[in-house]
Amino acid sequence: MATELEPTSGGASINAIDVVREARKLRERIAIVPQEARPIPWMTPMQTAQSYLLWRGFRYSEAKEKAFNTLRRLGLGDYCNELNRKLSGGMRRKVMVATVLASEAEVIFLDEPTTGLDPISRRQFWETLRAVGKERFTFLTTHYLEEAEELGDHVGILDQGKLVGFGTLKDLRESVSHNYSLRIFSADREQIPKPKEGEIVAGIDGNVTVFTTEEEAYKMSRELARQGLKFAVTPISLDDIFLYLVGRSK
Amino acid sequence: MSESVTLRNLSQRSVFSQILAGIMVNSVYEMRNFPIVLINTVLSPLSFLLVIVFVSHGVLLGEAILGGFIMSMFSAGVGLQGDLSHLKNDFKLQDMVVSSPTTWQTYMFGMALSEIVYALPALVVLVVLAYYFMNLPALGVLIFVGVLLLMFLTSIAIGFTLSTFSTDIVQSFAFSRLISTLFSTIPPVYYPITYIPLPYRYIAYLSPTTYAAELAQNAAGYLPLSFTATVVDWAVLVIVTVLLFVVAATKARWREI
Repeated sequence: MATELEPTSGGASINAIDVVREARKLRERIAIVPQEARPIPWMTPMQTAQSYLLWRGFRYSEAKEKAFNTLRRLGLGDYCNELNRKLSGGMRRKVMVATVLASEAEVIFLDEPTTGLDPISRRQFWETLRAVGKERFTFLTTHYLEEAEELGDHVGILDQGKLVGFGTLKDLRESVSHNYSLRIFSADREQIPKPKEGEIVAGIDGNVTVFTTEEEAYKMSRELARQGLKFAVTPISLDDIFLYLVGRSK
Repeated sequence: MSESVTLRNLSQRSVFSQILAGIMVNSVYEMRNFPIVLINTVLSPLSFLLVIVFVSHGVLLGEAILGGFIMSMFSAGVGLQGDLSHLKNDFKLQDMVVSSPTTWQTYMFGMALSEIVYALPALVVLVVLAYYFMNLPALGVLIFVGVLLLMFLTSIAIGFTLSTFSTDIVQSFAFSRLISTLFSTIPPVYYPITYIPLPYRYIAYLSPTTYAAELAQNAAGYLPLSFTATVVDWAVLVIVTVLLFVVAATKARWREI
């Protein structure tokens, strides 16, 4: 999608521009922060963003102004001239996002931008990503499903390179026939009462999930409590949808 | 959080800016933020020059200065290979540039020029030494500049091609050592080729830096060369440079699309 690798099969287009045949034209409109990208330690955030804009063809003074304005908008104004190596992990990620956001790109690809951040920094960084998403079309890949749930207007679920689900969170919820999930920990499948409505999905972690209605979930939970089993009842989450769709595709 | 997004078409983009970006990232910012690297850039090419001058009791000063110039230009390729690999593998910078309007030619040219900027402190010292201790005629200067330009182009073509194949720092170091051994340790760059006994002399001719050194030493009057030998030396340098650029253009893995 970012015009670097040749597809093994199929095709794709962004804003009606073919990613293979019109790659050069597309590069005018996209910007990417690859997985594991980080700002060069001996440069400052200002130098990082400005040099990227120079590579996109902005003139020096224009690049400088845009870089500074964007860094300031993302709360990095006071750190513009600090060396990147002195910044925290979360701030370094912000520098990378500011770098592409400062450009004129219409579509921004962020490949696993929060990997490696601690849970607090990750949630703080979501605010930045939310702000970016309001301003530009952002294509974000992540292994954290709660991140996709929090940030995505549309979510695509990939299983071994195949798109097994796509839509808004509402669409994806509707793709699972029931709206409640009953997760039973370390249980034999035989011990679990058969739901009157819904279906049982075995998780790869040895736990079992039952997708069912709210009423049936609470009925079953009383029976499970009587048997002394541990369980959790929740409205269906993206984790559940992922488990359901990936399980179904195998 | 709102700033209007304006799409600029290709004709409005400045290729000069794209070249400048490479120079800034790969030399100017580093020199500005860590001025101590300037000492290293001066010392590195001059250290071998000093050894040759001391060992030869000053007799080979002129050859050693010429060698310093050639190696400074050729080191650009070694440096380029290491720097491009580092920026690509450790910071993913190349991936960001690949998906931008910058072409591989512009990226490489900017990065290559940055190596010259990085070598400038050493080149300034060498120019001063050449001014005081050598007597190059105007034509000799022209020939020498031509030789240096070809050396520079050869080295960056090698450096760029190898950098696109390196996937980690171990490979990058291996390539750097290979280039250094083949092009700077074996060839007689800092002294005349006649100092190497004949059966071994042919090994030196495997490196383009040997031909460059012969032409430079001849232009300065240190090494007599026949007309045929001069033509052969130029031909080898030009052909090697062209071939390496063809390899860089066709085999280097800048991107798949």
